[in-house]
Amino acid sequence: MSFNRRNFLKASAALAGTLPFARVIEAYAASGDTLVAVSGQTINSLDLHRTGTNRASYQVAVNCYDRLVTFGTKEAPGGGLSYDYSTIEPELAESWTISEDGLAMTFKLKPDAVFADGSKVTAEDVKWSFDRAVSVGGFPSVQMKAGGFTKPEQFEAVDEETFVIKLDRPSKLSLPDLAVPVPFIINAKVAKEHATAEDPWAMEYLHKNTVGSGAYTVARWDAGQQLVYERNDKWTGGPLPQVKRIIVREVPSSATRRALIERGDVQVSFGIPDKDAAELDGKVTVRSTPIENCIHALCLNANFEPFQDPDVRKAVAYAVPYEAIFQNAAYGRGAELWGGEAEITDIAWPRKSPYMTDLDKAREHMAKSKFADGFETTLSISTDLSSWMEPAALLIQEAVGKIGIKVEIEKIPGANWRTAALVEKRLPFHLENFGGWLNTPDYYFFWAYLEGHLFNSSNYSNPEVQTLVNEALHMPMDAPDYAPKIKRLFEIAFEDLPRIPLYQPALNVALNGADGYEFWFHRQLDVRPLKTVAS
Amino acid sequence: MSGRGAAIFNRIAQAIPVVIGVVVISFVLTRALPGDPAVQFAGAAATPESIEQVRQSLGLDKPLPQQFMIYVGQLLRGDLGQSVSTGRSVAEDLAARLPASLELTLTALIMSCLIAIPLGVLAATRPGSWVDQLCRILVTAGVSLPTFFTGIVLIYVFYYLLGIAPSPLGRLDFIYLDPPRVTGFFLIDAAIAGDWETWFGALKQLVLPAITLALFTLAPIARMTRAAMLSALSADYVRTARAAGLGPQKVLYGYAFRNALLPVITTLGMVFSFVLGANVLVEKVFAWPGIGSYAVEALVVSDYAAVQGFVLAMALLFVLLNLIIDLTYSVIDPRFGTSAK
Repeated sequence: MSFNRRNFLKASAALAGTLPFARVIEAYAASGDTLVAVSGQTINSLDLHRTGTNRASYQVAVNCYDRLVTFGTKEAPGGGLSYDYSTIEPELAESWTISEDGLAMTFKLKPDAVFADGSKVTAEDVKWSFDRAVSVGGFPSVQMKAGGFTKPEQFEAVDEETFVIKLDRPSKLSLPDLAVPVPFIINAKVAKEHATAEDPWAMEYLHKNTVGSGAYTVARWDAGQQLVYERNDKWTGGPLPQVKRIIVREVPSSATRRALIERGDVQVSFGIPDKDAAELDGKVTVRSTPIENCIHALCLNANFEPFQDPDVRKAVAYAVPYEAIFQNAAYGRGAELWGGEAEITDIAWPRKSPYMTDLDKAREHMAKSKFADGFETTLSISTDLSSWMEPAALLIQEAVGKIGIKVEIEKIPGANWRTAALVEKRLPFHLENFGGWLNTPDYYFFWAYLEGHLFNSSNYSNPEVQTLVNEALHMPMDAPDYAPKIKRLFEIAFEDLPRIPLYQPALNVALNGADGYEFWFHRQLDVRPLKTVAS
Repeated sequence: MSGRGAAIFNRIAQAIPVVIGVVVISFVLTRALPGDPAVQFAGAAATPESIEQVRQSLGLDKPLPQQFMIYVGQLLRGDLGQSVSTGRSVAEDLAARLPASLELTLTALIMSCLIAIPLGVLAATRPGSWVDQLCRILVTAGVSLPTFFTGIVLIYVFYYLLGIAPSPLGRLDFIYLDPPRVTGFFLIDAAIAGDWETWFGALKQLVLPAITLALFTLAPIARMTRAAMLSALSADYVRTARAAGLGPQKVLYGYAFRNALLPVITTLGMVFSFVLGANVLVEKVFAWPGIGSYAVEALVVSDYAAVQGFVLAMALLFVLLNLIIDLTYSVIDPRFGTSAK
């Protein structure tokens, strides 16, 4: 080729064209390898155990770390996939045995399991990680306690690949509690290098670095903007994910997120509002999975006189316009929880209550009560959750007005909501939602129906419920007297009505050019099963 | 010149009690707000014991005066404290987010000045004409359209329908890497690095939010320019200048405009400091990682250190801004510093 002016210009133009792209992330060109997800939530830490780590950050523990065990996969109600609480599968553990008395769990680690830096995962790492989870206090320790893990002495590294947990009592919650995000396995050797006398658990280091054996590593974290996952090809916890790089971008405005997913510039929009889910359905793939063990409820506080009257509580339960609330607050996303059979034949939970909208019955009960002339009260809602609470509250206000209960709606700012509703439990009439991670009815009742427990915002107190929950909580679900106890709990809950179930909310995810999304109880994006597809 | 030096010194001295006041008030106000950070940060499932543990680890179990002394001690060492919600030091957070807000706000203000000041001058010289009417329409629209609405409309038209604008994903699309940090202003940093691809990428992201904000800030500046020009043009010295036979350009720009600039600069300072904190809605719509959304998020979760750091940073910025405005006065109006202290 002769060197002339034209060729020279061509060559320099080509060179000038490529040079600036050196600064551009190189794999973007092959976009099948890269997937972009947007979410309105902000990730504020890479370490779930840190005080102040928010829910959105739990996804890092899920995607970048392994647990000993994980849950299986099943078809989700309403399409798509979901985790399966009833099957426990290996993640870091190859196999496990539980002793005859149920007091010792022995785990054999996978011999080929390595951390992202290539070092072997040993039982010592597991012990250090579990010690950390029970010692740091706050939420991680509470969640560990649910499975019966309270102190470091319970954990023992027998040899390099054998790890033993000693329990104070056998519990059906122990094994599933090892599959929640909290007991994730940290590379203890690296973490200890960064531990100091004031910071023995290397909180400072793990807050900004991930040292796990999980399917992805964090390649980049710009707090308040984005998190970039890079696949760890040495992962042994499951089938290797298809996507090499996943970018999770934070976009606070739901209108902007909607424009992005509709245009197809992002492949996953996580946690979209019910309204967008209803409107986007059909245009892009929308997965609305009813959240397991989670109920949006109307709570009646037993510390306030009118709600001590059982007839008033039933009157309210018959007055609530369930269908209208489900359509206007949830846009039909989720599951209905009203108009069920009066007789309780199974232990499914959440389940339809035997109540439905019936103003005549409501008036009957009201007339029988000590408050036949009605009364006045306030209905409290949280400004942070106003997207469903506000329409629901307005509909309830109108409906109970018809049976003589005059309601004023009080909006409580988000920062104060938890204190007022859950800690001080001082709201007479309010909306609340609780979802248990461990999917058993007794676990729900433990948090929401026992006196003094956080989510019992109704101040409900019933010695029989107390006994039943404490007996059932650790009992295997196939034990012969488990089902009768649970059925009795349901009967009492629907008779006493401290919480009136409204509906089961859904977690909505929109996909455009991606597939394989799986719903998880922790309600965060598990990026491992995601795949790209031609849109 | 010594007069100006003394004036600057005076200004700085006057700012000290202001800053002390801000420190005290921000501390007291954050504590007086409803909401309990220990409950907030104890997480989804909490027991009374775990809430207490969190309270201790945040140091909130200590009496208020002691907390205040600890806070002041940290401040004197230049430490703004640790934000619980972001897990980083507040100084680090502010350093990351303040340039983003400043870049957006300054670009928007430059844009709106370039439009508003000529428009205001033209409207004042030709009252009742079509320019005056246009000015009035723009001003009314700018004031009455909320920024988040303008922002969403702009995204809908230019991104969603026409596809001209880039994805509204913050300061840079994810295909670019941040330019090496010098000032934190992406346009400046990319230019320093000579990386024009990134520079252009940052500019593209900046255009829509800056227009949104410019439309909003246009109104007060154009209004003020018009009013100040009208009063200047009817002033005695302008009549004298005209009577003395000076050319219309000299009268308009040499005398009337120079005098009219003082109130415009004052307005500009007010608009700037107001917008810097108040552009949280624009930040949310365009996923802009600015200081407004940082402060609001911190406030929602009762993250005391972050809120205090934000208030303090804004107060210092305000002091600095007032100083700059005063200095600008002295350039425009030579009487400053000697008589108008």
